Amino acid sequence: MSSVAFPAFDNTSDDPTVRAPLTTPGQNFQTITETVCRVVERPRPPLGWYIAFAIAVAWTGVFFLLVVYLVSTGIGVWGNNVPVAWAFDIVNFVFWIGIGHAGTLISAILFLFRQKWRTSINRAAEAMTIFAVICAGLFPALHVGRVWVEYWLFPYPNQMGMWPNFRSPLVWDVVAVSTYGTVSLLFWYLGMIPDLATLRDRATGTVRKLLYGLFALGWRGSARQWHRYERAYLLLAALSTPLVLSVHSVVSTDFAVAQLPGWHVTLFPPYFVAGAIFSGFAMVVTLMVPARAFFGLKDLITIRHLENMNKFILATGCMVGYAYALEVFASWYSGNQYEWFAMVNRAVGPYAWCYWTMVFCNVVVPQLFWFKSWRTSPWRMVLVAVLVNVGMWMERFVIIVVSLSRDFLPSSWEIYKPTWVDLGMLAGSFGLFFTLFLLFCRYLPMVAMAEVKAVLPAAHGSGHRH
Amino acid sequence: MIEPSTSSTNGLEEPATVIAGLVAEFRTPDALKAAATKVRDAGYRLWDAHSPFPIHGMERAMGIRPTILPWLVFCAGLTGAAAALLLQWWTNTIDYPFLVSGKPFFSLPANIPIIFELMVLLSAFAAFGGVLVLNLLPEYRHPAFSVKRFARVTSDGFFISIAASDPKFDLSATRALLESAGAVAVDVCYAPAEAPRLPGVLKWGLVVAALLALIPPLWIARQRQIPSDVPRLHIIQDMDFQPRYQAQGVGRFFADRRATRPPVPHSMAVGGRQLDAHFYQGQIDGQWATTFPIPVDRETMERGRERYNIYCAPCHGLAGEGDGMTHQRAVARREPGWVQPRSLHVSNVREQPVGRLFHTITHGLNTMSGYAAQIPVADRWAIVLYVRALQRSQNAVLDDVPTALRPALLQEPTKP
Ligand code: HEC
Repeated sequence: MSSVAFPAFDNTSDDPTVRAPLTTPGQNFQTITETVCRVVERPRPPLGWYIAFAIAVAWTGVFFLLVVYLVSTGIGVWGNNVPVAWAFDIVNFVFWIGIGHAGTLISAILFLFRQKWRTSINRAAEAMTIFAVICAGLFPALHVGRVWVEYWLFPYPNQMGMWPNFRSPLVWDVVAVSTYGTVSLLFWYLGMIPDLATLRDRATGTVRKLLYGLFALGWRGSARQWHRYERAYLLLAALSTPLVLSVHSVVSTDFAVAQLPGWHVTLFPPYFVAGAIFSGFAMVVTLMVPARAFFGLKDLITIRHLENMNKFILATGCMVGYAYALEVFASWYSGNQYEWFAMVNRAVGPYAWCYWTMVFCNVVVPQLFWFKSWRTSPWRMVLVAVLVNVGMWMERFVIIVVSLSRDFLPSSWEIYKPTWVDLGMLAGSFGLFFTLFLLFCRYLPMVAMAEVKAVLPAAHGSGHRH
Repeated sequence: MIEPSTSSTNGLEEPATVIAGLVAEFRTPDALKAAATKVRDAGYRLWDAHSPFPIHGMERAMGIRPTILPWLVFCAGLTGAAAALLLQWWTNTIDYPFLVSGKPFFSLPANIPIIFELMVLLSAFAAFGGVLVLNLLPEYRHPAFSVKRFARVTSDGFFISIAASDPKFDLSATRALLESAGAVAVDVCYAPAEAPRLPGVLKWGLVVAALLALIPPLWIARQRQIPSDVPRLHIIQDMDFQPRYQAQGVGRFFADRRATRPPVPHSMAVGGRQLDAHFYQGQIDGQWATTFPIPVDRETMERGRERYNIYCAPCHGLAGEGDGMTHQRAVARREPGWVQPRSLHVSNVREQPVGRLFHTITHGLNTMSGYAAQIPVADRWAIVLYVRALQRSQNAVLDDVPTALRPALLQEPTKP
């Protein structure tokens, strides 16, 4: 079950003249259906699922209890205060929204680039995107304090006679994140319809038949339907690609448009996008390695898939390292004493340990992926991936909290300390994320069966070469 | 070609069914493609191929024309972008313009993110909604599912279905065609003889419910339009109840139960350091000052003239006769209740000590308002100095003129 043994089958060869197989040998349409549906159809999930689910649900409970406490008392229960008015809440927001980006990258960008290996992992990665966006959206929504007037964020004719200020990045953010969540959901669901139909057609119980049937919308794999479906899928991919790049760019303008030293940098949009993909891939690896082991998906999610993602982590990790270096350069080159101070303060100020944790986790650790042994060993890559996510959370902390704690006026400098509510909600958001992901593993097709079948050699028949 | 059947396998009386078409199974994607070409060439129109995944080249084999979906998406995208631009321009420029750091009300670069997001959002809705509508989904009842083996279409089965409603459909001929095309099995599929209908009550019930659902929004729209002398109803009443302490009231927070807090020891209000009574109040030992607390020189005089001409001349006139432009206009318009500004040359005013004049400028007098908020203290003294000069100029006697200039004055011809 949780074997760590290196599989005998190896498709990680880098020989460009040989097309590496995307699944283990001997897979056909029938076995793929079996492998994926078995996860959902087995009467009981493995014990590991129960343990993980119990822990995750407990933390989800903690999260929502803390939400009740927060809303009924006021956001003073958080450690935020002037000058650090944005703290854990916004750090968590940026962290989670960044996690989501890998899902869209895999499902949309790799689709446009005809990367067939994406088919085994795109479904789970997209699910991860949606759950991450849910976690992300909660934090700014709570941060506004009076959650019952949340709808003021949206433009609607009201008797106050007021409209949102559309020139503000914070409003762009609302629109970008909600668009991103909606489009990701549509993309995910559209991709899942044929697979839900598979579950419907195999279902035995009435409830399952009814529910899968309801959501499969009567799909019957007709060629005329497939034709339009493929068009719609391509269009959604083409729309999601610029969308995903825009979302983290817009998030970065929340900071870059402000004048605070350490925020006011034109580098931010590409730097944020690279960091988002970096952290997102790390999260996909963290989730997929145990998932493929626990649910018997090793035939479809092979070491090659994981290795490819690790290459992405290495590449985006180097981009992030470059961005860190450029940040230092830009603050020196600006010739502005505040900018330079903000930089020095990060490296040697009271939060220096955060900065160096960030540099270590995001720049140094991923370099291990230059070694094939690290790229292809499941549990070693999980170690790297977890460290990367620690580092990426730290990065947002360094950008947001460290910059704010030392603003222009030394008399208002303050050291930020999270309260137990802050820490509980951070842990709780992980609980929520894993709860949703575990439910997804249990009840929905974790691998896009139709898409994997379409890239099997058998799907192309004889005499058809790519 | 309608052939009623009353097959009852489980002994229960099943509803009457009719033949809906034929469903044929094929082994491989290639076989399906080849068969599809044959069916297409045989001239069938109401037929379809089914597979667990999209098969490349199937469109060509079946003769499917390209879908209009991309155009729908394109139009939706344009609509989204245009709507976003219009919304941002109209709300931030026309309906509710407000200034942020002196930036323009309408600036395209700042509007681009939202234009882009709305374009993507509407395009995505069009792509998703379009594929469902064009594919006639959701469709929860389809005759093909009456064939048991058809369930494998979503796993590893490849099928062709031909509807009985196709003009060329003929049970035996069509079956023969499918078999010759390489089908491993051909089954007849059935549909209920009568399509299930929504009961009439339900239909009208829905219409009535939809109409009723329109009432609240229409009522709200009406309420927003008509004038009202009581505050309008609103859901969120946070702003109506603002817990706060009244000045001089009782508070619970501090031990002394006073809501108004005494000033912090040794603190001082801005501008509160008015220790110099001569300078700030125009008084010396409680008496109106007769001397100036500022240097009396040409520079101060010039400053006083300039300030007087700005602040006082509109009412009191450039020469202080009480006949400034404001007064002339008020007289011309016969303003009711207009009080003429006092001439500064009447003896009562001329005899006033400078401290008293300073006091009048600072606090005003009857209908003349005080100028403390507009004119800084030193400037008020400069004006007093200039008023004194004006008074001297209009009430001078020969002795006031320097001796050297007197002959020239005396020679001046007197006007009639
Ligand atoms: C808006 C018109 C207006 C302006 C401007 C104005 N005054 Fe007057 N002033 C009046 C009127 C009217 C009176 C007569 C008030 C009364 O006695 O009811 C008056 C009275 C006076 C008097 C006589 C006070 C007395 O004791 O009888 C003085 C001195 C005087 N103004 C000085 C000034 C000076 C110096 C300025 C410029 C800083 C000034 N005023 C600006 C309208 C004006």
